[in-house]
Amino acid sequence: METLVTLRGITKNYLRGKQIIEVLHSIDMDIAAGDFVALMGPSGSGKTTLLNLIGGLDTPSAGSIEVAGTRIDRMSSGELAKWRAANVGFVFQFYNLLPMLSAQKNVELPLLLTRLSARERKRNATIALTLVGLEDRAQHRPQELSGGQEQRVAIARAIVSDPKILVCDEPTGDLDRHTADEIMRLLQQLNREHGKTIVIVTHDPKAAEYAQRQLHLDKGTFAENDV
Amino acid sequence: MKYLHLIWASLLRKKVRTTLTLLSIIVAFLLFGMLDAVRVAFTVRESLEGASRLIASSKLSIIQPLPYSYQAQIQRVTGVEDIAFANWFGGIYQDRKNFFANFAVSTNYFAMYPEFVLPAEQKQAFLTTRTGAIVGANLAQRYNFKIGDKIPLQATIFPHKNGGNTWTFDLVGIFQARDERDRNQEDQMMFRYDYFDEGRTFAHGTVGWYMVKVSDPSRAQQVAQAIDRLFINSAAETKTQTEKQFTLDFVKQIGDIGMIVSSIMGAVFFTILLLTGNTMSQAVRERIPELAVLKTLGFSNQSVLWLVLGEALLLAAIGGSIGLLLAMSGAGALSAAFRGGSFAVGAQSWLSGALIMLVLGIAVGLPPAWRAMRLRIVDALHEL
Repeated sequence: METLVTLRGITKNYLRGKQIIEVLHSIDMDIAAGDFVALMGPSGSGKTTLLNLIGGLDTPSAGSIEVAGTRIDRMSSGELAKWRAANVGFVFQFYNLLPMLSAQKNVELPLLLTRLSARERKRNATIALTLVGLEDRAQHRPQELSGGQEQRVAIARAIVSDPKILVCDEPTGDLDRHTADEIMRLLQQLNREHGKTIVIVTHDPKAAEYAQRQLHLDKGTFAENDV
Repeated sequence: MKYLHLIWASLLRKKVRTTLTLLSIIVAFLLFGMLDAVRVAFTVRESLEGASRLIASSKLSIIQPLPYSYQAQIQRVTGVEDIAFANWFGGIYQDRKNFFANFAVSTNYFAMYPEFVLPAEQKQAFLTTRTGAIVGANLAQRYNFKIGDKIPLQATIFPHKNGGNTWTFDLVGIFQARDERDRNQEDQMMFRYDYFDEGRTFAHGTVGWYMVKVSDPSRAQQVAQAIDRLFINSAAETKTQTEKQFTLDFVKQIGDIGMIVSSIMGAVFFTILLLTGNTMSQAVRERIPELAVLKTLGFSNQSVLWLVLGEALLLAAIGGSIGLLLAMSGAGALSAAFRGGSFAVGAQSWLSGALIMLVLGIAVGLPPAWRAMRLRIVDALHEL
């Protein structure tokens, strides 16, 4: 299968006071198009940092990141913003919907960065909401939705601009078991039926079971048998 | 424009806070509009063109008297149809709080002002009674003055030559304004100049100002220039202007109106700047995670800066426009209340207002917008 994401020699350091903290150490990784990867590991192992690098939210201290043939580690913040808008969908633990906008308007947000007309934006948002089973909640505001519904809206927002890759940081971390399973089934469905490449970070082994692959990070490197 | 709903939604996020901020901006611009209308009214010199009556007063200061002898000289100027004169008295009736305008006037004063309706027999009584006085209907009603009453005034400038400060006048007439809109003109008292001039202890043979009726209003400018030319390089040069301008100059004696207005507005806008700036900063601080989400979705640093700046500018524009619209009707009411004053929120005030809205919006919006622009997504998402 074609490789979508390639990481080579990725190192990420943070400066805490005068001390340099190495969060990721010389990571190599390949993610194929259509893959569904779960990144697991203890707190502080570097999972979210790695996810941020794959999603173009941060840049590495060393190493290269190539997504769909494009080097993103050398991009400026402006270039990265454009690249994210076109290629990446994000799902967060706490949904991060804008509280003053309806579900539909929240889903439309990434489309504001495209040349689509208002009517096209609305139509695409409706399709995305239908895909996550929330077409009848389009005009509801986040506070009028349950946690599971909010996460579905967040997933609709992540897929509305048809990105190449979905990155999800603890997407079930704030949900009960039943709702968490629903969300993971939805992500699995997007992966299997719509071919979306998905990378999730999770502490939850049950959630990770929905992925095709599980990778374990510890102290900034992958476990022996991974990758 | 496609971001407008996003800006609007952000403003409505905390409705009470936004409403209170908006109200403070509205009040500031209402005040600005009204005060600027006053400033403009006091600053803009009115054209003499089309004036049927002119006022000639001292060029030096409105409180400097002019010689009585000027009357005959002005009367001879081509285009002058009639001339009357008056002198400010500034007397107090019973108590200082009972202030009303009172003047010594020439006997032909009411012939010069047909807008004051005075019955013929009362006009005649004024001509034949040396101590005669005439009051406006408002004043008569307020103090229950009746014809035949003796009205004592305490002099504040001109003591009586008999050694006291009390001047006593015989009320011989009560005038009414012909036009309902001039009712505030009925709050004054006039009495005879010859009685006043004879009784005062100084400045005999001088008058405060001359009222000049011109035969052809289209030539008012030339008449005014001709009058002023007569007394050029004399000890008492004149300044001939319209009645409205004279009234405004009279009021201007209280101080530099422009500076007073500017000082008040400076204080108001400085306060608004601090209040609104603090509110905007707080609003943005609360929304840092949301702004980080927008950046995550691909909104550029500049887009986020404009979104936040747009909020401040929209708030200033809405509040400012409402404030100026209210000031327009307020200025209209002010004009109706003060005859001779034409207060209006004109294009110049709107232009200045728009500029202040822009500066206010940028001043309060830029610091939080700058902060939002420089947000690092990874750090900001940690604040969730």
